Amino acid sequence: MKNRTIRSAAMTVAAAAISLSLAACGSSGPAGTAASADSASMWGLTGGNQPVLQKSVTDWNSAHPDSSIKLDFFANDAYKTKVRTAVGAGQGPTFIYGWGGGVLKSYVDAGQVEDLSGFLKDNPAVKDRYLPAVLKNGVIDGKTYALPNNNVQPVVLYFNKDVFAKVGAEPPKTWDELMALVPKFKDAGIAPFSLGGQSRWPDLMWLEYLVERIGGPEVFANIAANKPDAWSDPAVTEALTKIQQLVDAGGFANGFSSIAADSNADQALMYTGKAAMILQGGWIYQSMKKDAGDFVKNGKLGFTTFPTVSGGKGDPANVVGNPSNFWSVSSKATEGQKKAALEYVKDGMFSDSNIQGLIDSGAVPVVKGIESKLAASPDKDFLSYVYGMAKNAPSFTLSWDQALSPAQGDAMLANLDQIFLKKITPEQFVATMNATIGK
Amino acid sequence: MSTTSGSSRRALQPGPSGWLAAPALAFFLLFAIIPLIGVLFLSFTSWDGLGEIKLDGLSSWTTVLTDPVTGNALLVTAKIMFFSFIVQAPISLLLGVFTAGGQKYRAALAVLYFVPLLLSSAAVAIAYKALLDPNFGLGAGLGIPALSQDWLGNSDLVLFVVVFVIAWQFVPFHTLIYQGGVRQIPTSLYEAAQIDGAGRVQQFFNITLPQLKYTIITSSTLMVVGSLAYFDLVFVLTGGGPGYATRLLPLHMYLTGFKANDMGAASALGVILVVIGLALALVLQRLGGKNRNASQLEGA
Repeated sequence: MKNRTIRSAAMTVAAAAISLSLAACGSSGPAGTAASADSASMWGLTGGNQPVLQKSVTDWNSAHPDSSIKLDFFANDAYKTKVRTAVGAGQGPTFIYGWGGGVLKSYVDAGQVEDLSGFLKDNPAVKDRYLPAVLKNGVIDGKTYALPNNNVQPVVLYFNKDVFAKVGAEPPKTWDELMALVPKFKDAGIAPFSLGGQSRWPDLMWLEYLVERIGGPEVFANIAANKPDAWSDPAVTEALTKIQQLVDAGGFANGFSSIAADSNADQALMYTGKAAMILQGGWIYQSMKKDAGDFVKNGKLGFTTFPTVSGGKGDPANVVGNPSNFWSVSSKATEGQKKAALEYVKDGMFSDSNIQGLIDSGAVPVVKGIESKLAASPDKDFLSYVYGMAKNAPSFTLSWDQALSPAQGDAMLANLDQIFLKKITPEQFVATMNATIGK
Repeated sequence: MSTTSGSSRRALQPGPSGWLAAPALAFFLLFAIIPLIGVLFLSFTSWDGLGEIKLDGLSSWTTVLTDPVTGNALLVTAKIMFFSFIVQAPISLLLGVFTAGGQKYRAALAVLYFVPLLLSSAAVAIAYKALLDPNFGLGAGLGIPALSQDWLGNSDLVLFVVVFVIAWQFVPFHTLIYQGGVRQIPTSLYEAAQIDGAGRVQQFFNITLPQLKYTIITSSTLMVVGSLAYFDLVFVLTGGGPGYATRLLPLHMYLTGFKANDMGAASALGVILVVIGLALALVLQRLGGKNRNASQLEGA
């Protein structure tokens, strides 16, 4: 009798434990600050812009307690996987942070993000504040699904002025000058270029700019449009060959494919003088300002555009990189959440204090008419340079890994890695990539 | 031990009922069997994780089976499995025998050896990534150029670096298993051997090793089948690179599913992984002999 009681008690406990753990599985999403159930949720990225976004949302919440936003931050790579899984499961945040391109298109195809064209029509002031070249990256099939939310991030060739002075060299204007600089730096015991090869995407910047300079923006436009055999364009093969020539000449720091960009080891090589130059995104200025304050403050950091290639078709003013990051609004959010989200986009984002916050962090907001504010900043040289670069670019190509579908992007980075390691030839790369078209 | 005596005992007194296994079974059904059926179903569909799931026949399977990357992933997995085993098994056996001794300093060392097991794989991987950095890592820090190799960037070296880091993390666990196994061996066996004049080496090969037979099988099963599941450490340490040099099957499955967003192909890879894992476990159990319930302690 007693045994039975104990047994049924044990069963009850076990059943309770199961239902509890099931309940725990059901609640997805990050643990964060408690907020009312219907407040809009936002997932941002850790890194340079984190404090700026945090401040913008905190200010918004204290001024608008009835349409508050719950904000959580994630690391870049982890975020990309997490948000997609969450959106696919119907558990995504109200604000979906993105880069435009192929990933945005897959959200649009699956009906997961709101069409914001109507909102822009009703609020022309929102549309007018953006640089037009940037805004169009959130447009798919004539409709706007994503609005730029932070700063313009072109890929820039950074260099260490001290090292250049020591060797007596000038920053390269053409590819031939660049190749001629390689032995000069090597003889001085300095690596010509730093490269975060382990992270893979820094490799891509070399391919993007070389193809752009050699063949112009049409080459990649064809690839992105999934035209058959688009990778077979001679510009791609020539760019890959040039990359392997640079590898052969010893252009990149020793062990470059062990260097990680996510730990900022690649930029550290450049500002500590172990490497002369680095091709990297506009965003590393923010982290160098933080990690190597004196180097940046004392004007030791030089920056220039990617050199031209003789006989190349691309306009030297063309730019590759990330035009901006974007907010999309989840179509699965409640009406209340959507309303709050759009109110923030209209009045909270790119408020005067938000714009000033971005500039102070060393970033260039993607809005018009900020020349005077940039000129007043201690970082005015770099900021005005980047702003001009973005504003005057005839073409601003989105980073390829973002522009392509995820399957193509993954294959491209793994194969490009092997190009840098000289494990495959440019012809093999082209053949493998042609096979991924349409995937 | 045998089932007949168990059931006859149950007839006499109300012992633990089979229902006590129900919670565990329910968990197993919910978190192993049902997902397994789900994965099998998904392997016949095409799904990008966002849109609708479309039945697609065998196309995911043909993609996976004709993709050279899959063959390469299998090869890398087999290599890691082989090298992990031949590195880890002898080291952990010897360490286990060593730490099983009663001396105080051995107990202290056993605690130290155990530390890597307490660290999460991600932490181990991040720490090694920093230590192995050619410009800012251990080699540069200590001024030893031999340590500043292109450890994670050289396709020929990286596999052995991965095997080393895996061994560093998992040898303590297997040492613990062997330590427990050695302590189970009755001292009377050694005393008898000493009377017969057997030396330390002879004792090791004629008593310790045969007595550890089932411990060795357990540990080897865990090592070999476990190497099918090395994911977190390799993912953080190399991300499968350079190129495809360390893209293990589980990592390939993850990257196909969550980076390339091809859930159909990733599910097919998952099914392959399950089949290989089950087959290996079965083979290793068979190697242990049919009468594995027989006592090892007869006459002791």
